[in-house]
Amino acid sequence: MIHISLTINGERVEASVEPRLSLVDFLRERQHLTGTHVGCEHGVCGACTIHLDGVSARSCITLAVACDGRDVKTIEGFEADTQMEALRVEFSKEHALQCGYCTPGMLMTSYELLTRFPDMDPADIPKEMSGNLCRCTGYQGIVRAIQNAYAANRNET
Amino acid sequence: MKPAAFDYVRPSTIKETTEILAEHGGDARVLAGGQSLVPMLNLRLARPSAVVDISRLAELTTIEVSPSGISIGAMVTHATLEFSREPGRTFDILRKVASGIAYRAVRNRGTIGGSVAHADPAADWLSCLLALDATLSISGTGGTRELPISEFLVASFTTALQADEFVTRLNLPVLGANARWGYYKHNRKVGEFAEAIGCFIEDESRSVRRIVAGALSSPPVVLFAGAGGWPTNINIDNLRSAVQEAAPDVEGDHIHFHAAAVLRALHSGALS
Repeated sequence: MIHISLTINGERVEASVEPRLSLVDFLRERQHLTGTHVGCEHGVCGACTIHLDGVSARSCITLAVACDGRDVKTIEGFEADTQMEALRVEFSKEHALQCGYCTPGMLMTSYELLTRFPDMDPADIPKEMSGNLCRCTGYQGIVRAIQNAYAANRNET
Repeated sequence: MKPAAFDYVRPSTIKETTEILAEHGGDARVLAGGQSLVPMLNLRLARPSAVVDISRLAELTTIEVSPSGISIGAMVTHATLEFSREPGRTFDILRKVASGIAYRAVRNRGTIGGSVAHADPAADWLSCLLALDATLSISGTGGTRELPISEFLVASFTTALQADEFVTRLNLPVLGANARWGYYKHNRKVGEFAEAIGCFIEDESRSVRRIVAGALSSPPVVLFAGAGGWPTNINIDNLRSAVQEAAPDVEGDHIHFHAAAVLRALHSGALS
């Protein structure tokens, strides 16, 4: 077991972990932050997307032990965030989810797009979201929801 | 699936890293960005005795530019290269290639050194760096050696690294201001591993012309190597013959896929 110290959603966390424990299992089973979902476990489906040191990362192919000293943010950390709230509203309005399994990862990825690339051409949304798989919606609603959030941001500025 | 148990070590110097690797005698694996290694651990395709995390070696995250060459630390991420503001033709091709690797979350973490050391034939950097004729700096317990990437890539997922060695830097030429380049990757879905890659560099200032076919079942190959690096006529038939000659294992329709990827790379360069 190796001792690690990291920040999760702004709070300092100390823990002892086995080297083979993935970050997503650490978050779900040790921290009880079950908003981050486990899908493919090899970095393809995007359900486990979290933010590591401010940018998106796959928590299923990140070792918890390697996050010593890092800053982790999960979907639970965005409850009071107005930009994330706007995305949640648009996802709901556009039927951008059905079973909800992919949704936390979809939101974490689209939040990074909106905040890190505010001037991105909305035509690039499908390409940017290609690393997050959804088996319910056919993606059209997801793309529209993110387009709407971009349009709202542009109207405000 | 979950990984089999392993030890985890996080050295703070290159020397310490090589000593740990030597102690494990080839059973340890180096963790850079982890975007290929950790999936292999999860699937138990890799079962190392130890994982040696080099992510805190700050000297491996630098990009050094001089008139004679560009030196990129092994821990530089694809995203850093995608958004690099360095001027010049070499960085133009690096930006283009980096921006097409996997997905944003993977580019944020994955590194150029990790990708090269992993040596998956379908990886973008292998074809790009072979076209650029890059050399690698490799550190071991006995010191550092330089090796051209063509000699580094021995076979699919197999490199010339010894048990105590790891890749520390990638050294690239500075392309001339009028150099042309092209890169084309064929895959069925954005972000998936390539099914065929074509890449070329034409740099008159250094008398360099190289055309590369990649994403084969073995490391990428230089086409027309025996003919000054360039065909007399650029057409699909010449490229098909070149692919068959340089990569005899490629069969059937795949010969055409690879020739077409190279042709599209050449066309994209002509238009830029």
